[in-house]
Amino acid sequence: MQENLHRFFRAARGAGVHVSPAESIDAMRAVAAVGLADRNVLRDSLLLTLAKSEDEKKALGACFDLFFAQAEPASPQGAEHERAAQDAAATPQQPSQGAGGQASSNLGPLAEMLLSQDRNEISAAIANAASATGLSDIRYFTQRGLFSSRMLEAMGIQRLRDDLDALTESNPPLAERLQAALDALRETVRDTVAQALALYGREEAENLRHEVLRNAPLSRIEPRQVEEMRALIRQIARRLRERYAKPRKRQRRGHLDVRRTLRRNAAWGGVPFLTAWKRRHRDKPKIVALCDVSGSVARVSDFFLLLIHSLHEVVSDVRSFAFSGHLIEVSEILEGKPPEEAMAEIMSRVGFGSSDYGSSFVDFEKAFMSSVTPQTTVIVLGDARSNNLDPGADIVKRISERAKRLVWLNPEGRMTWGWGDSEMPRYQTFCNVVRQCATAQQLERAVSDIVATYR
Amino acid sequence: MADTKPSSPLASIEAVEAGLAAQGYIASRQIATAVYLSQAIEKPILVEGPAGVGKTELAKAIAAWRGLKMIRLQCYEGLDEAKALYEWKYAKQLLYTQILKDKLGEVLSGAATLHAALDQLHDFGDVFFSREFVEPRPLLQAMLEPQGCVLLIDEIDKSDAEFESLLLEILSDFQVTIPELGTIAAAGAPTVILTSNSERNLGDALKRRCLHLHIGFPEQRLEERIVESRIPGISERLRRQLVGFIHDIRTLDLKKQPSVSETIDWARVLVLLQAAELGHDVVRDTLNVLLKYESDIEVALPQVTTFVAKAQRQNIFG
Repeated sequence: MQENLHRFFRAARGAGVHVSPAESIDAMRAVAAVGLADRNVLRDSLLLTLAKSEDEKKALGACFDLFFAQAEPASPQGAEHERAAQDAAATPQQPSQGAGGQASSNLGPLAEMLLSQDRNEISAAIANAASATGLSDIRYFTQRGLFSSRMLEAMGIQRLRDDLDALTESNPPLAERLQAALDALRETVRDTVAQALALYGREEAENLRHEVLRNAPLSRIEPRQVEEMRALIRQIARRLRERYAKPRKRQRRGHLDVRRTLRRNAAWGGVPFLTAWKRRHRDKPKIVALCDVSGSVARVSDFFLLLIHSLHEVVSDVRSFAFSGHLIEVSEILEGKPPEEAMAEIMSRVGFGSSDYGSSFVDFEKAFMSSVTPQTTVIVLGDARSNNLDPGADIVKRISERAKRLVWLNPEGRMTWGWGDSEMPRYQTFCNVVRQCATAQQLERAVSDIVATYR
Repeated sequence: MADTKPSSPLASIEAVEAGLAAQGYIASRQIATAVYLSQAIEKPILVEGPAGVGKTELAKAIAAWRGLKMIRLQCYEGLDEAKALYEWKYAKQLLYTQILKDKLGEVLSGAATLHAALDQLHDFGDVFFSREFVEPRPLLQAMLEPQGCVLLIDEIDKSDAEFESLLLEILSDFQVTIPELGTIAAAGAPTVILTSNSERNLGDALKRRCLHLHIGFPEQRLEERIVESRIPGISERLRRQLVGFIHDIRTLDLKKQPSVSETIDWARVLVLLQAAELGHDVVRDTLNVLLKYESDIEVALPQVTTFVAKAQRQNIFG
């Protein structure tokens, strides 16, 4: 049973439940305390000791059902029916089979097993082969064939083939039966492997997919991946929140707060038993984001805005502006509506024009310059391609002087900055940081750095 | 089964269920398993769930059932070790030094040099930092309780993240370390119950040390039993209608779902009003017992007629 539990823990990790060694020990002790008789109690106990949130409980519950459905001695349904049919067909032959026992005694163990149709024995053999070939190490769906053939080999299919060849000549009806049984066995093994993949491979497959997605250029992802990318961005936002949402004051450090110490110790004649320390408050980031929503930059802006606006706990204040030909504030649209709708509305109001950085900056300075304070980080996201119009670099300079930091995120590669109508080199001189920002990973790093500067 | 061995009332999950039921706490299977396991492998229970499903009540029921003292620590923002664990009795220390001033002079008068005086002073040890001067706060009190106790750490999610780290030693080893005194291990292992409303995510270190129990809204059968045990005077007919109605209400999109405590309050109100069964007018008048937000009441009001009718129908077949 211990072996089984260990495999279950591995399966649980595959399902995304974080099982530490200490927790697995707890689970073992819990199982020892409640026993194995009642499956429901076992399920409850494992859920209590291993899963530490509601989501994990759900995942682990599903994993438990799948896992112990597999460990059931009976083999999968389809094969069972087939065998039952064979059983019925074979019954009249059974006595003659017994008589011909000597004839078949030179068969290999696997052939014997299949012909004797002992379901429990076959399941046990499959389970043994599974552990011998390390089936629980399966990670990717491409490994299915490999593991199936390895398992069959471990069960002695080579010998079975020889037997089959020999029988085809000496005893054709028996060979036919053996062939049918072998096919059924193949199917069962394949099912077992598929189930193992579902159990152990889930996390790995997801990681791989995410990894690919994280490094895909945002501007060129396919429409069907947009939803997945949104989920990924939300996940990134959660990670950033967890990392940076820690309390922002630190006590018992630095300077003594004399006034508060005296007041607190008035009861003891001013003898300072209790000390009070000056607290240092850290500012939460204030962010003003200016996003180009023209052409190829739009997609990146979309995800960037989604990320920034899901950082409520970390960022105290976000104001977002979108521009192409002119500039409008979009904070309320983004806060009030689901992402798809919000983006559609923004696009209908400012999108699809050719971008004019100069006049957009003029719009910003006229109406919203007061939103930039010495605590503000201003982030501009755009390719700085101004179609040879006035770049408005003087306004960028003024923004830079007012703000704490000015960060420019450019979806284009560094190489092309300054080529053609790109005004990047001129803007660059006024920015504290310029970064390329084309993939989800770069986006995460950029935002993470921005938030980290406030610590 | 359990009555043959009164020394260990926690013989089985069924015994736990029965014991809690005797205190008027109708526990689901999961809850009983959690309580049983927490004793069997000596682990604290972290209970999460919406407000009013009986998280705090569970601790009270365990304490009453096992005849143990219950020590409760209510968490809030800014709670620190001086309020949760222990504190030195500064005033008493100060008073004693004043009183003992003369005595000190006598004791030290024999010493010839300053050095000798210091040595003599050392012999008296750290009199002022002994147990005499420690003011135990709830956590330390729980450790000092000789028969063990039920320690309820309520609404842990309201406290700061630092406070969690303070709890780790207690949760995993049932001991407290006071730098001046050393480590104080629990006299009898306390049953520790932590509750949380999931206002913020708790640290992994804390979660790792606990059994994690999630109590959600009970199913209809269980809730009926809870109402039955809490308000014995209620007729079966009304009880069934009432619980059915509340289950329908919970399917609505509300700011605050009515939980078990609201069910019980409402049942009490209905008994007080001597309602024989659920009627449209009665529900309308007493809906504010159930729903705590104006907007929720507005959402629910148009549905009242349908739900009442449904609840009454249910009664016929149920």
